[in-house]
Amino acid sequence: MRTATRNYAGTAMLVLVMLFCILPILSMLSAALQPQGTVPMGISWPSNPQWGNFADAWNVANISVLLRSSAVLVLGVVPVSVLISTMAAYALAQLHLPGGKIFYVLLLVGLTLPFEVTIIPLYYQIRDMGLLNTQPGLILPLIGLNMPFAIFWMRAHFSSVPAELSEAASMDGAGSWTSFRRIHLPLAVPAIASLALLMFLSTWNQFLLAIILIQDPDKRTMAGALQNFVGEHGSDLVLLNAGALLIMAPTVIVFLILQRHFIKALLAGSVKG
Amino acid sequence: MTAGTDLRVPAGNMAAQAAAPAAGRRGQDTPRTRRRRKARAWTGWLFALPALVMYGVFVLLPLCSSLQYSLYDWDGITAAKWVGLANYVQVLTDPRLVEPILHAFIFIIFFSIIPVCGGLVIASIIKDLKSKAFGTAARILLFIPQIIPAAAAAVAWVWMYSSDGVVNQLLRGAGLGGMARAWLGDFDWALPAVGIIGTWLGIGLCTILLIAGIGKIDSSLYEAARLDGAGWFQEFRAVTLPGLRSEIGVCITITTIAALASFDAVFMSTQGGPGHSTMVPGVAIYRLAFVENNIGLASAMAIVLVLLVLLVVGPLQRLFKEK
Repeated sequence: MRTATRNYAGTAMLVLVMLFCILPILSMLSAALQPQGTVPMGISWPSNPQWGNFADAWNVANISVLLRSSAVLVLGVVPVSVLISTMAAYALAQLHLPGGKIFYVLLLVGLTLPFEVTIIPLYYQIRDMGLLNTQPGLILPLIGLNMPFAIFWMRAHFSSVPAELSEAASMDGAGSWTSFRRIHLPLAVPAIASLALLMFLSTWNQFLLAIILIQDPDKRTMAGALQNFVGEHGSDLVLLNAGALLIMAPTVIVFLILQRHFIKALLAGSVKG
Repeated sequence: MTAGTDLRVPAGNMAAQAAAPAAGRRGQDTPRTRRRRKARAWTGWLFALPALVMYGVFVLLPLCSSLQYSLYDWDGITAAKWVGLANYVQVLTDPRLVEPILHAFIFIIFFSIIPVCGGLVIASIIKDLKSKAFGTAARILLFIPQIIPAAAAAVAWVWMYSSDGVVNQLLRGAGLGGMARAWLGDFDWALPAVGIIGTWLGIGLCTILLIAGIGKIDSSLYEAARLDGAGWFQEFRAVTLPGLRSEIGVCITITTIAALASFDAVFMSTQGGPGHSTMVPGVAIYRLAFVENNIGLASAMAIVLVLLVLLVVGPLQRLFKEK
């Protein structure tokens, strides 16, 4: 194949995959803009797009409440997960923990563990803690489930920091904590930022744990609340699609704003995970 | 740290500094410094402790409980009855439970093999995204399926697949109106239809990862192949495939786990129906535990799922490990 033909063929295929990726979203948008009460047919730009449908869906799906509860969950999960996983990764990579290998292997197990295996005992455990149907009851397990990936992510960073740095610090009389806080933490900021971004995404999009541990859709993640919304409005295609688009919107908006960082983090995240 | 240990630090350092060029630090350690280093190594566990506790309580403990539950007949309320491995026998023999496992393996084709092959072909043809604007647009669009919740993606696809949806519209437009149907309600077609949702979820990430990987292959290898008169396929086999070994491994591992442990997209599109035609282990576990209250059987199914993932992913990891 000549280079020019080749590039055309490749670009054409890439454009096809791009269309494939965006088509479901466009079809939702087309349905969401039809007049309410009509039955939308396939994908077509409506002659008179009803942007007001989004306002109605906002109220019906209770988006304001969902945004707040998702934000509470993210704020409960992400900072704590980042802090304790960073500390553990620092210990594993830099402090030569006696028995650290065992911890490492245990984490390795967690890395491939499907969430499905933990949900049944978690349900009873959270119930016995009296936290069923509360947001802390979802926040705590999510922090635990984040640990393997988060620690591996930060450990990869700390392993690349030369050991001389810690040695130099300890010669100046710095203890482990001081050298962690003063030297290692500032250097880890880019790695931490990417990790926080990935955890924001996984927490916000968490579905399985949200529907099992929280019955009240208003306290769930936005993804989890979708289950209830579909149950109630599944037959009203216009409203359903408008509501589902609103539920997708926050992560997509954050993604578009932080696009560069997001893609870098997601690519690196898949390689490390 | 106490004042006493603080004071001792400089002395130890001086000894170490003096000894370092000659014999290395360890040989010159006094018992006191050795003891201190050891104590300090143990205090390192204080850093790991919070993470270890959270991981232990909310992952390892449930994992062990699942193992325990799987050996009992329990409805979640009345007293549990010890049944040994009976639940496992049922998981591996009851057609209603074996079927979901088979479906999970069929999903590997849709979630993993199609996205990875598609991504490979595209990556090997275009090698690098030259135009900057096009590259950015491609990346954004290809990443959309990674960004939105899979549950919401399922809602979009349910509408795509409905009688009046886009899939049938396209078929009718292509003169294949005879094929049009309610895809997710069709016993034969529902499984591949849900599988394609998985393809949609994975293909963007795989394509981008592989294009990024191909950019890292030494371009002189491609020039050498061209000078040798290698065609596209020979070049693909001799340069691209070996160069992308680790990226392919990553793509296959992630998407295979996603296929075996799929839940969100299936639960929100078909719930496993019609009948059991799209039932997967994740949804089966959910139904057994929270609808049918058969905790023991659900737990056995969950443990089998973990073993399947380990059995499939373990060899894959070894296969794609960089030499």
